[in-house]
Amino acid sequence: MRKLVPALLLLCAWAIADNPRTLAIRNAKIVTVSGPVLNQGTVVVRNGLIEAVGENAPIPAGAWIIDGEGMTVYPGLIDSLSTVGIPSLAPPPAGRGGRGQTTPTQTPTPTPAPVATPATTTAPVARAMGPEDRPATTSWVLAADEIDPSDHRIESVRSAGFTTTVTFPARAIFGGQGSIIDLASVQHAGEMVVVPAVGQYLAVSRGGGVFGGFGAGFPNALMGYIAYIRQIYLDAEHYKLLKETYAHAPRGMERPPYDRALEGVLGSKRILLPANRVVEMDRMLRFAAELQQPVILYGMREAYRPEAAPLLKKYGSPVLVSMHWTEAPRDPDPEAYRTMRSLENVDQGPAAPGLLRKAGVPFALYTDGLDQPKELQRAVKKAIDAGLARPDAIRALTLSPAEIYGVADRLGSIEVGKIANLVVTKGDLFDDHTQIEMIFVDGKQYKPAPEPPAGGGRGATEEPGVSQ
Amino acid sequence: MRKFRIVALAALAPLYAQNIVIQNATIMTVTKGTLQGSVAIQNGKIAEVGEKVMMPQNSTVIDAGGQYVIPGIIDCHSHIAVDGSVNEGSVSVSSMVNIKDVINPEDISIYRALAGGVTTANILHGSANPIGGQTIVLKMRWGQDAQGMIFEGALPGIKFALGENPKRPGNPPGGRGATPTVPARYPATRMGVEDTIREALNQAKAYKAEWDDYAAKLARGEHPLPPRKDLKLEPLKEVLEGKRYVHAHCYREDEILMLLRVADDYGFKIRTLQHVLEGYKVAQEIAASGTGASTFSDWWAFKIEAYDAIPYNAALMQKKGIVVSLNSDDDELMRHLNTEAAKAMKYGGLSETDALAMVTINPAKQLGIDGRVGSIEAGKDADLVIYDKNPLSDYAKVQKVLIDGRVYFDRDNDVKGRPAKVLEKQKLLDKEKQSQPKSAGGRGPVQ
Repeated sequence: MRKLVPALLLLCAWAIADNPRTLAIRNAKIVTVSGPVLNQGTVVVRNGLIEAVGENAPIPAGAWIIDGEGMTVYPGLIDSLSTVGIPSLAPPPAGRGGRGQTTPTQTPTPTPAPVATPATTTAPVARAMGPEDRPATTSWVLAADEIDPSDHRIESVRSAGFTTTVTFPARAIFGGQGSIIDLASVQHAGEMVVVPAVGQYLAVSRGGGVFGGFGAGFPNALMGYIAYIRQIYLDAEHYKLLKETYAHAPRGMERPPYDRALEGVLGSKRILLPANRVVEMDRMLRFAAELQQPVILYGMREAYRPEAAPLLKKYGSPVLVSMHWTEAPRDPDPEAYRTMRSLENVDQGPAAPGLLRKAGVPFALYTDGLDQPKELQRAVKKAIDAGLARPDAIRALTLSPAEIYGVADRLGSIEVGKIANLVVTKGDLFDDHTQIEMIFVDGKQYKPAPEPPAGGGRGATEEPGVSQ
Repeated sequence: MRKFRIVALAALAPLYAQNIVIQNATIMTVTKGTLQGSVAIQNGKIAEVGEKVMMPQNSTVIDAGGQYVIPGIIDCHSHIAVDGSVNEGSVSVSSMVNIKDVINPEDISIYRALAGGVTTANILHGSANPIGGQTIVLKMRWGQDAQGMIFEGALPGIKFALGENPKRPGNPPGGRGATPTVPARYPATRMGVEDTIREALNQAKAYKAEWDDYAAKLARGEHPLPPRKDLKLEPLKEVLEGKRYVHAHCYREDEILMLLRVADDYGFKIRTLQHVLEGYKVAQEIAASGTGASTFSDWWAFKIEAYDAIPYNAALMQKKGIVVSLNSDDDELMRHLNTEAAKAMKYGGLSETDALAMVTINPAKQLGIDGRVGSIEAGKDADLVIYDKNPLSDYAKVQKVLIDGRVYFDRDNDVKGRPAKVLEKQKLLDKEKQSQPKSAGGRGPVQ
């Protein structure tokens, strides 16, 4: 014990020296996102929070001072749909040559790994006989309970400027609720959690071909998935009624059995539904309205089409746009028939964010499995080149996702009192040669990890939320 | 020039209903004979049919001199415009799924069907299960969203299936049944198919009783808790209540009789027997039950249960008093159902009108929409097809198709628009080619 105390003291001293509780970045350009850009200003951080920001913000005595000359400070980026922090949901590494290459035998599906995909490490999903059975529902799961600080993706994504992810246990039809986590390297996962429950993740499958569905468990076709989800909400409604009736007057009434699947559904304040094509946006918005659930749509491959923005606007639901833009097939079979739509998806896909911005549809961008800084830079740059103003691109990765998940009071911009998640760069964020100098998560400083060798990118989804 | 301008106008404005008069055509009304004259269209409905008609206000004239007008073709069995698989094949009774949830209004097959004169189609779930999913009747309103496609007011249906398809997943040697991880699905025989249907109907009966009891209690002023809503049994309860049509896929005479007996036992009617290739063997029984028959013209021997099919089937059943339609079950066949109808003239000697009825008024009757579509009569929806020649000829080409009085297909416009579309596509292809990095696999040093 005697030996331990000095050792502990030493350790504390080291920790404080490494990550002082109070620090100030001065003489830096500050992109606050919520307010005007400060061309030369100071950000003061204390106890993991932003204490002051301004052109002449006073620097407290004893603060660790970082000279920001020639640097720009941004709010930490937020990945609005992710599985980072849950190592078992990491996508399989893509084949040689990185992303954009999909062989027929390998369809990477990082965001969703719905239902019967025995490839994942989770226990095999039991065969379902109908909507009355619910093996593909793990609605009660909270991502926060599964966060593992040792997930190697935490550092990789953080090095790309992300300080926060909205992480979902995306492994069933009702996967469970997502959590907002700060990408800090800590001992205890609980310290990473900003909000433990932000919404229920739903995934669907289209089913294969005309004869798809033979032999496998229920559901199997897209319409089966929809029926499955609808039945669960009907059951949840009925369950709630029984529970309330019983709570009101238990005497003489048979006790309704506790059902964790339905508890999880009832306890979710919003749902996330996949929609890439305009047809799917229409379908899912109608479906969410039928279920009377606030909804966030994710995917949005065809959000560039003129029909999309008015449709989304009509329902007022926010959307998450995948940054894994549709790419032209590499070395395509010259005989292969390309539809006009597939050509348009490649040509105009990245224009979607700009168009949504113009139409006033609330949207955020999400990485959709891209986690290499260079890839992300390129992906955002594509959207900027296709018409999204740079400040809007930054907003779509900071304040907008914070607003969509209702946490703009603590995340998403550089404002007094908010969590000190910051990215400091040399050069403009998302430019080709911009270097990320340091990252702050909960006021703690991190240096970006060295770039891995080229070609190590991860596969991204062809169709988020949809297994083929 | 004047004609051109009118055509252009009609094509430019498919989105608002306009008043149209189709003149100088041979009009095959199907129910009221064939005549030379005009059809007047007002507010999406047929206002008048005759040698001379009143011109509605501000009407556009389509001169169909030397051309033929027929009612829009109705396909009683189609699987187009469905997103994802048409089979929820995982379970023997998949009545909980609904085609209505997965309508894909952007399926190009819709436009192609339209170009073949089809204006309405019964979109069915596949035949993987003794009791399949819920079905929906669509109008081929190309360009509208999913809701806009739905034939408003048409009674929805449900697919039943007998014979090889629903029993195949129960037979591993059949190839599509069990896998090492998934057991074979019951049933594996025709006996099992009957049992599966009866079992589901028994459940539906009990379910219906539960809800009826609930309603009775409510009516008495009591405050009961409602039963659990079961999406599998809801549509079957509607079948028992006569609120939902049963469209049953079948081939063999024995299974046809089996199903008619089952329906009898449970007190409902099978609305249509689909395919029903051996229907001619039991036509009297089918007629007596008041069940419709929707069959192929001359497609057979594609599987063991289709060996006894004959091209005279449609005509023979018709002569026994069955309402018979000819269906496509296929997005390609769907594009020329007019010639499918013509085959019933060759095989069975039907008249032009009777043949045409098999793809117009008869399927309309089978789907319960004959008050709205299926013939050219005043008051009905203006769903019309204009052919350049007699539609029962191989050489006839669809010129225009109207649904609810709007031109949804115009051959001239389609043909005229093609070069521009080809150009547009080539532009994108070129752009894509240019923006692609040169393949690293080529010759020369690679860093």
